[in-house]
Amino acid sequence: MIKCSNLTKKFGSNISLNNVTCEFHKNESIALMGANGAGKTTLIRSILGYYHPDSGSVKINGFDPVKNRVEVLQNISFVPQLPPPIKLNLDELMQYISIGAKIDKQLIMHYANEMKLDITSNLHKSFFTLSGGMKQKMLIAISLAKKSDIIIYDEPTANLDPKARDDFYKLLNENEDEKVLLFVTHRLEEVKDLVNRQIYMDLGKVVSDEKF
Amino acid sequence: MKNLYLIAYLDLKESIRAKWFIVYSFVFGGLIALFFIAGVTESQVMGFSGLSRLLLMYIQITIVILPIFILITTVRSISGDRDSHVLEYMLSFPISLKQYYWGKVLGRFITVYIPVLFAMIIAIAYGSFKGANIPWGIFFLYTGLLFSMSSAFLGIAFFISSFVKSSEIALGIAFFIWIFLLSFIDIALISLMMQERVNEGLVIFIALINPMEIFRVAAISLFDPELTVMGPVAFYILDLMSQGVFVFISIIYPLMLGLLFAFLGYKIFEKKDLV
Ligand SMILES: Nc1ncnc2c1ncn2[C@@H]1O[C@H](COP(=O)(O)OP(=O)(O)O)[C@@H](O)[C@H]1O
Ligand SMILES: [Mg+2]
Repeated sequence: MIKCSNLTKKFGSNISLNNVTCEFHKNESIALMGANGAGKTTLIRSILGYYHPDSGSVKINGFDPVKNRVEVLQNISFVPQLPPPIKLNLDELMQYISIGAKIDKQLIMHYANEMKLDITSNLHKSFFTLSGGMKQKMLIAISLAKKSDIIIYDEPTANLDPKARDDFYKLLNENEDEKVLLFVTHRLEEVKDLVNRQIYMDLGKVVSDEKF
Repeated sequence: MKNLYLIAYLDLKESIRAKWFIVYSFVFGGLIALFFIAGVTESQVMGFSGLSRLLLMYIQITIVILPIFILITTVRSISGDRDSHVLEYMLSFPISLKQYYWGKVLGRFITVYIPVLFAMIIAIAYGSFKGANIPWGIFFLYTGLLFSMSSAFLGIAFFISSFVKSSEIALGIAFFIWIFLLSFIDIALISLMMQERVNEGLVIFIALINPMEIFRVAAISLFDPELTVMGPVAFYILDLMSQGVFVFISIIYPLMLGLLFAFLGYKIFEKKDLV
């Protein structure tokens, strides 16, 4: 489903991805690991089509994520490393997503509910005024409601309490089949049961890639 | 198209809640209110009276503060969202860059234009309530001029926003452009004129490609169709074209300039890394 071939991305003289080649297939849950600055986020952003590669290519189901961003992003759910300070309130944010990405609002509400986030009483609060954990829950609810084939989480549990983490993993387990699940994480023990592949990156290269 | 309107609508809603918008509306509304309180409508100066006088004063102040307001508030729209990673999230949905960018442009345009227009409408409404003669010609000309003026600076602001790395730099550039158009060009041209080596027609041409200057001249021209206030400059302008054509150009030209810059901004936005 996702195919990176000889992907290189530089920022000035800093090589963030150095000739990375890797493929992710259906039914794979991948833990993407490595020290800070290893290039994990850069890899994810390349998959999302945010970066123009210096060389090499990314293909999602055969599509180029830069040139065909709409087709590609229809199939991807993404939760970023830190919830951004979006000024829209929850109602407006859901409007943006339900119209822009054709996601059912009720479904977002449903998953928010499962994550113990009360949307109804916060509907007219700006997203950025919510607590860190609430923001994360909202983004996770959206990512689950957007029934995508590819789900990408860049350290999604950083702000969650243990209980919320359990809820999250439980929901993911229900949701998992026929998908690619790509996790950036520093806590392997947490996702051990969920993943069937581990990739380590360092200095912009994939240094180990194990399936089990 | 649906996405474009959605993005415009949400941007508009977001802006209206923002503090800068409240200040912005307050300044233009307050300006008109101040004129009324100061009795500008009652006084007669230079032969214009009442509402015409008020609108002329309004436009002269607007010409100075509107560009800087638009530049400062808009220049950070895309670069600010990029800085704060809002863009990274919002663009992870299947919305084309075209819809996103032009939706933002449309939303911002409505945001910056409405208060300025509204202040004029209040003036007209209050004036007619007081039984004054409504100078409709002036009203429509100014509405048009403000429309194209807003689009010119909005376009420039989006252009800057598309390539600048951080929003601080964007602010700096915006401020520089404002000062540059407001006075440096004038000062430079006056010194050129004084040396008397350069063709006056050329100097005037350079002056008038500045959207702020063409706006200024067009605004005065309604009161003074012969442009006598402009002295010899009028000779060149009216020699080239009739007053009607000049007014038309002074509306079309900044509008086109704005669209051109907005379009260049879009091309850069599309070609560059998004986050
Ligand atoms: N937009 C950018 N501009 C400049 N350098 C960047 C940018 N994004 C990432 N980098 C650099 O690329 C390297 C990899 O970063 P990143 O992919 O964020 O690492 P990780 O997510 O694994 O911690 C780092 O050295 C970082 O400083
Ligand atoms: Mg990272």
